[in-house]
Amino acid sequence: MAVMTYREALNEALREEMERDPDVFLMGEEVAEYDGAYKVSKGLLEEFGAQRVVDSPISELGFTGLGVGAAMAGLRPVIEFMTFNFAFLAIDQVINSAAKMYYMSEGQFPMPIVFRGPTGAALQLSAQHSQACETYYSHAPGCKVVTPGTPADAKGLLKAAIRDNDPVAFMEGELLYNFKGEVPDDDDFVIPLGVADLKHEGGDVSIITHGKMIHIALQAAQKLEKDGIHADVLDLRTIRPLDMDAILETVQKTNRAVYVEEGWPYAGTGAQIVAMIQEEAFDHLDAPIIRVTQADVPMPYAKNLEMLAKPSAKHVIEAVNKVLYR
Amino acid sequence: MAETKTKAKKKSAKMKDPLGQHGISEELALDLMRDMLLYRRFEEKAEEAYAIGKIGGFCHLHIGQEAAAAGSIKPLRHDDYVMSAYREHTQALAKGVHPNAVMAELYGRKDGSSGGKGGSMHIFDAECRFMGGHGIVGGQVPLATGIGWKIKYKGEDTVSLVFMGDAAVNQGGFHEALNMASVWQLPCIFVVENNEYGMGTAFSRVSRTDMSTKSVPHGIPSHIVDGQDALATYAFFRDLAEKVRHGGGPQFVDLQTYRFRGHSMSDPVSGTYRSVEEVEQAKDERDPIAILRDVLKKAGVLDQATLEEMDAEAREISAAAADFADASPLPGPEALYRHVWAEINPNGRLFFDGRPESEEAS
Repeated sequence: MAVMTYREALNEALREEMERDPDVFLMGEEVAEYDGAYKVSKGLLEEFGAQRVVDSPISELGFTGLGVGAAMAGLRPVIEFMTFNFAFLAIDQVINSAAKMYYMSEGQFPMPIVFRGPTGAALQLSAQHSQACETYYSHAPGCKVVTPGTPADAKGLLKAAIRDNDPVAFMEGELLYNFKGEVPDDDDFVIPLGVADLKHEGGDVSIITHGKMIHIALQAAQKLEKDGIHADVLDLRTIRPLDMDAILETVQKTNRAVYVEEGWPYAGTGAQIVAMIQEEAFDHLDAPIIRVTQADVPMPYAKNLEMLAKPSAKHVIEAVNKVLYR
Repeated sequence: MAETKTKAKKKSAKMKDPLGQHGISEELALDLMRDMLLYRRFEEKAEEAYAIGKIGGFCHLHIGQEAAAAGSIKPLRHDDYVMSAYREHTQALAKGVHPNAVMAELYGRKDGSSGGKGGSMHIFDAECRFMGGHGIVGGQVPLATGIGWKIKYKGEDTVSLVFMGDAAVNQGGFHEALNMASVWQLPCIFVVENNEYGMGTAFSRVSRTDMSTKSVPHGIPSHIVDGQDALATYAFFRDLAEKVRHGGGPQFVDLQTYRFRGHSMSDPVSGTYRSVEEVEQAKDERDPIAILRDVLKKAGVLDQATLEEMDAEAREISAAAADFADASPLPGPEALYRHVWAEINPNGRLFFDGRPESEEAS
C-alpha cells in the first residue's frame, strides 16, 4: 500500500486511464498549463500533450456540450469543472443531452463521459461557492453519481467511472484533496460502481453517508465508542448505482439509522434513502430515521455562521442519541 | 406543381446556363428536384397524419425550406456528420435515413429511427451519421462542436455540419461553441436556417445586429446564401465542405429561407406575428420547388410529364412511409426500461421506481 493524497490518487487514475485508452482526454478550465485549479491534473499536459489535456475557455455550457458531442462520436471525455458550483451553467448539457442521449436514440449513442470536480463547501467561500450538488445529478435517470471520500476510493472509482459507458458525475471534495490515505499498489486498481463500503463497524446504530461526510461520521463514531455506542458507518461511495443491499444489511443489524449529508435536506439524498428504508425495512426499524444535513440556508461567509450551517460530528452524535432514545 | 410566376423565374431567364454556372449536372439537378419533392410530400403526409391524430406531441414541418435541406446536405459525404434541432425530418431524409424509419418515428412506432422513443424532435441514425434531432434551442451547437473536436482529435477528413434556427444565435451556448470552434479551428459548419422567425418572434425584434455578423466576433467567416435556390445552395455547400474538410476552419452560414407553415402543428401559419399576405407572397415568390422547377424547365432539363412522374413518385414514397408506420407495432412495454443505461452495473440499483419491470431490467 502506498500512502498518497486524494489529489495524487485522482492524478494517478487519470494518468493510468489516459495511458490505457487513447480516446480518453481531459478538458476544463486551467487543467493543462496551470496543472489544474486544485493540481489534480499536475504533469498530465507534459505527459500527454495539448491535444489530450486541454485548457478550455470559461464556458461551462459550451465545453460540457463539446464533451457530450465528442462522446457521441466515440471519444471518452473527462470534463473537469473547477467546482460543481459552476456546473449549474452546464447542467442543461448534462441532463438534457448526456443523460438522455442513449435513451432517446434507442441505444444508438452511448455516452461514456465523466464530469468531475469538487462539490460541497470548503472554508469561507460563501453562498455561490459552497454547495453540495449531487442531488441535482442523481435525480435524473441516465446519469450515474460517484462521491469518493478517501484516496483509495478516489482512485478506484475514477478509473471505473472513466471505463463506464454512461455519463458519470464524479464529485470530489475540495477539502479532501490534501487528505492522505493508503491506496493499493495494484497497477489496475478499480472499484466497481455500486458497492458501498462499511468504513466502521458497530452494532448499535447505522450512520449512513457519502462523500466528504464520511469523515464527520467517523469522528462521531469514534466519540460514540468512548460512550459505549458502537456505530456502523456505511459509506455509499456511489449514489447511483446505489448499494441498497448494504443499506438494508446495516439497518437490519442495528434497527436504527442516521443519514448524514453535506447538502440541504429538501429532496436530498438522505430523503431518498430514508424513503427506501421505510419502504423496504419498515419492520426492522426501532426508531424514526433522522437526517443530518447542512442548515437549510444558503452558506454564509462569516466563520461562526458557516460553522453553524455545516453538519458536524456534534450534530451526528445528537442524531444518534435521538434514534437510540438516549 | 401549379405554375406560378416567380421572381426567380425572371432572374433565371437572365441566366444563360444555371447548371453550368454552378457546376451541377442535369442528372444531379433532377435528383435535387426529386429529393425536394419528396421532402414536401413527406411533410404534407405528416401534416395529414397529425390532423387525424396518428402523430402526437410537437411536430415542426419543414415545408418551404426544402432547398435548404437538399442543397446543404446532399453535397456531403456519407461519413460526414449532420446534427440539427427539432425541425429535422427532411434533413434526416437528406442524410439518408429511410423515409419509413422517419415516419414510423413520428408515429411513435417500434420501427422508428429511435424505436418510437424520440419522436418528431429526436430522429437519430448512427449509421447515416445523422446525430439528432435536439429539442433545446441552441443545445445542439456545442454538441456538434464536440463532433468537430473528435474529427480533429482522430485526424479524420470528415466535417460536422449543424443546423439551428435563427433564434438559436441568441443563446449563450451558440457563442461559447463558436468561440471554441474558432480557437481550436474545428471542422464545423454552423448553419442558421434563417426563416426570419423564432416561433412568433421576428429576428429583427430580438437582435440589433444582422445575422451575418453573428460569427464575426469569433473570427469565423460568415456567408449569406439564398436557401430557396437549391442549385446555388448545393454549389455553395459543396465547395464549403471541401474547404472545411481540408483544414479551412469553421464556417458560419446565414442560410436564408422561409417557413410556409406555423412554428409547429399546434401553431397558426400566420396571425399577429406575420400577415397572411406576407406568407402568401413568400409562397408565390420564394417557393424553392417552384424556383428550381422553373429553372430546369427553362433550361430544357425538365418537362411537365417528368415533373409529374417525379411528384407521383414522391407521393408514393410518402404514402408508403405512412402505411409502413401505421403497420409498425407500438414499442412493447419492455422498451420502457431499455436503453436508459448503456451499462447496467452488476452492483447497486439504477432504477428507483420500485416497479418489478425496472428490477427485471437491471
